[in-house]
Amino acid sequence: MVDAVDDYSESQPVENVSLHNSDEGPSSKNGQNIHSSLTNHHSSLTAHHSLLPHDRLEPLKGWGGAVGAAAYVYRPSTLEQLKECFELAKRTGKHVTLRGAGRSYGDASLGRENIVIELTRMNRILAWDAKTGIITCEPGVTIEQLWRFAIEDGYWPPVVSGTMYPTLGGVLGANIHGKNNFKAGPIGEHVLSFDFLTPSGEELHVEHGSDLFYSIVGSFGMLGAFTKITLKLKKVYSGDLDVKVFNPANLHELFEVFERQLPQSDYLVGWIDAFASGNSFGRSIVHQANYLALGIDPIPAKTLRVAYQDLPDMILGLVPKSIMWMFLRPFTNQLGFKLINWAKYVSSRFSPKTEFRQAHAAFAFLLDYVPNWKRSYGEGGLIQFQSFIPKETAEATFRKQLELCQREQLVPLLAVFKRHRPDQFLLTHAVDGYSLALDFKVTESNRKNLWALTSKLTEIVLAAGGRFYMAKDATLTPDAFRQYLGEETLSKFRELKHRFDLDGILESELSKRLEIR
Amino acid sequence: MKQWKRVIVVGASAGIGKALAEALLKEGSSVALVSRNEGAMNAIAHRYPGKALVFPHDVRHYEEVPALFQRIAHDLGGLDLIIYAAGIMREYEPHEYNFTKDRETIEVNTLGAFAWLDETAKRFEQVKGGTIIGISSIAGERGRSGNVPYFASKAALTTYLESLRNRLSKYKVKVVTIKPGFVDTAMLLNADGSRKSFIPWLISPERAAQLILRAASRGKNTAYIPGRWRFVSMVMHLMPSFIFRRLSF
Ligand SMILES: Cc1cc2nc3c(=O)[nH]c(=O)nc-3n(C[C@H](O)[C@H](O)[C@H](O)COP(=O)(O)OP(=O)(O)OC[C@H]3O[C@@H](n4cnc5c(N)ncnc54)[C@H](O)[C@@H]3O)c2cc1C
Ligand SMILES: NC(=O)c1ccc[n+]([C@@H]2O[C@H](COP(=O)([O-])OP(=O)(O)OC[C@H]3O[C@@H](n4cnc5c(N)ncnc54)[C@H](OP(=O)(O)O)[C@@H]3O)[C@@H](O)[C@H]2O)c1
Repeated sequence: MVDAVDDYSESQPVENVSLHNSDEGPSSKNGQNIHSSLTNHHSSLTAHHSLLPHDRLEPLKGWGGAVGAAAYVYRPSTLEQLKECFELAKRTGKHVTLRGAGRSYGDASLGRENIVIELTRMNRILAWDAKTGIITCEPGVTIEQLWRFAIEDGYWPPVVSGTMYPTLGGVLGANIHGKNNFKAGPIGEHVLSFDFLTPSGEELHVEHGSDLFYSIVGSFGMLGAFTKITLKLKKVYSGDLDVKVFNPANLHELFEVFERQLPQSDYLVGWIDAFASGNSFGRSIVHQANYLALGIDPIPAKTLRVAYQDLPDMILGLVPKSIMWMFLRPFTNQLGFKLINWAKYVSSRFSPKTEFRQAHAAFAFLLDYVPNWKRSYGEGGLIQFQSFIPKETAEATFRKQLELCQREQLVPLLAVFKRHRPDQFLLTHAVDGYSLALDFKVTESNRKNLWALTSKLTEIVLAAGGRFYMAKDATLTPDAFRQYLGEETLSKFRELKHRFDLDGILESELSKRLEIR
Repeated sequence: MKQWKRVIVVGASAGIGKALAEALLKEGSSVALVSRNEGAMNAIAHRYPGKALVFPHDVRHYEEVPALFQRIAHDLGGLDLIIYAAGIMREYEPHEYNFTKDRETIEVNTLGAFAWLDETAKRFEQVKGGTIIGISSIAGERGRSGNVPYFASKAALTTYLESLRNRLSKYKVKVVTIKPGFVDTAMLLNADGSRKSFIPWLISPERAAQLILRAASRGKNTAYIPGRWRFVSMVMHLMPSFIFRRLSF
């Protein structure tokens, strides 16, 4: 058994663990150097300024729970305090990782034994114009805060993730997409401007459309910190969406439904039963949702209230939602999930209600409906493998992926399907095509095979000209990373890194793993 | 056997500490080697490139410990296990009372352990987990007439480890007290290099290391090395003072 205190397990199988930071970065020294600094500069090393207070140490994890790393965590509440954190890092020779709500699945906001600056306390809404829907926020404002604040004025965030807990800083760091990506693009396209603090202390104001704008949004905290964000929210005339359900009987039908529905959809998302085989290989449920035009909702003042949006506290009328995960736990083995998927499919297919109205929050944040559902995955947590494939090769590619998972008997417990369109952001994950997000349960015994599987899945994606998304990633290698982004993009990024963070202060477990510097 | 990924061994240049470090390195752990003899540690590190880190340090330099500890945790990428094995046993003439030697013994065997393990405890309490192994000795069971400060240093260490265990168990931190009998190391040699006379149940440092790691991975609180010393200890504890006084060891 592997006994690792602050990371139940590594992002790498145990065999590959080695000392990673013996000769790089501002603070790394090998034993010999430490010796010399200890004997030669005795007083400076024992002086307190080189030490970080032990009570700042926290065992952080990626949201999936499969990767973790202890770090010295600081939560500044003002720009001044944020600057002080960077100063502290320089003084103590530590690296800095920026973190929002820690909702990235893997290691994007982890920084082992270094300083993690968590921006959740810089969470004030600074300006709001109810006529235009333009809002200015500190980076720690969450999607939840945003929609709760704006909805009664008839506004909804233009792009949201499947969970409402991410911060705007993290959301811009990843440049998130929603179920409306094919239409609305990533969140970055709705940002009018932002303020940015680089590790060297430079403060920038960046306007939408500049070259810098497209390079910084989506750069995963590697260039500096968003400190103020102005974005335009989406005008809505009802708190409800018109939802339609489709039940494609196989993978090919799924693609057909999507292509047919795209022109008349605001949101479109598919859920594939990855366990189905034979004729029903790829059978799925598709949810389409559309905004209501002005005048359609007879009671907009009511549906636009927060109370109407709020998710019911009870699920099934009986079980408090906060303990629902316990009831799911017994099902989270392969057989159990097979049953859940089958039941979900069957109940959807034969349910008489294929068209209904649903509140924005209920539609968008389904996953928040069962809080701590990920705990039902157990100790080892989960990883997600999400790939983005051009439309021409997507069907064949996803078929290959799902077949491989079935063959290897490592079937994803959730498989979510979305449509995307390309954008101009430097490190974009989007393509003119489709994405498939596969959630795998991680256990001590499947870990090695699972990583081997993701490496094969990665090969399939690269061969199809696909892309990856660092917010979800836990398994990519530096080679695969270089291959999908291309040398031109990476050298452009390196130039910026050089300009804003010459000493390489900003890093994360993800940036180290992918050798982004 | 349990695999600890990131380990510190204090007192790693020789004897039991060295054997423990090598056993862990063979298992694939990353190990920080701490003690004074840099050459001896480099010789070990050489055989496990990328896995062993060398940190020359005298455990009596207590003020160095917090910074050094933090740096080692950084370079290892965390910490799962610390073993405190540093120890000395000074020779005393029959009528010798020597405060300098007494103090040195307490400094290395006891205070050095406090300095390192306090720092470890602070960390493990924060991250809610970890294993601490302290190499005490059966010599700490009773105050025999031989090497007074050595027995006292080990008695203090044993009690310290027990307190630490009671303090840290609610944070899922494991504290293991190791009480070896006789292990074939430099500690049992006379000044002229010859081995001391009365040495029952002698085992090799490698065997000791194996038994120590096995006990720790089985979740033992206290382990006698080898196990039969538990009975000797029981007998010693039962023995009334008027008999104990008359024994010459
Ligand atoms: C259940 C669930 C569903 C999800 N669904 C979707 C989805 O539908 N679409 C999607 O795109 N994503 C989705 N995600 C991923 C999530 O939206 C992103 O990982 C997002 O970045 C999380 O924001 P955060 O505040 O938690 O940031 P963190 O995870 O803490 O950080 C994300 C990145 O941003 C950087 N960062 C954080 N704050 C700042 C700052 N102030 N300045 C600069 N950089 C910063 C970090 O260094 C890190 O690299 C989902 C995640 C979960 C858990
Ligand atoms: N051997 C036995 O029969 C026996 C029995 C019971 C308990 N023990 C205990 O087991 C432990 C290991 O002993 P051993 O038999 O392996 O002895 P050893 O071979 O003499 O090794 C002692 C170790 O302690 C280190 N050490 C001593 N003084 C130090 C200092 N000031 N700073 C840093 N490190 C120091 C030494 O390293 P440097 O010299 O390089 O600094 C060496 O690595 C000791 O605590 C001992 O009391 C031994």
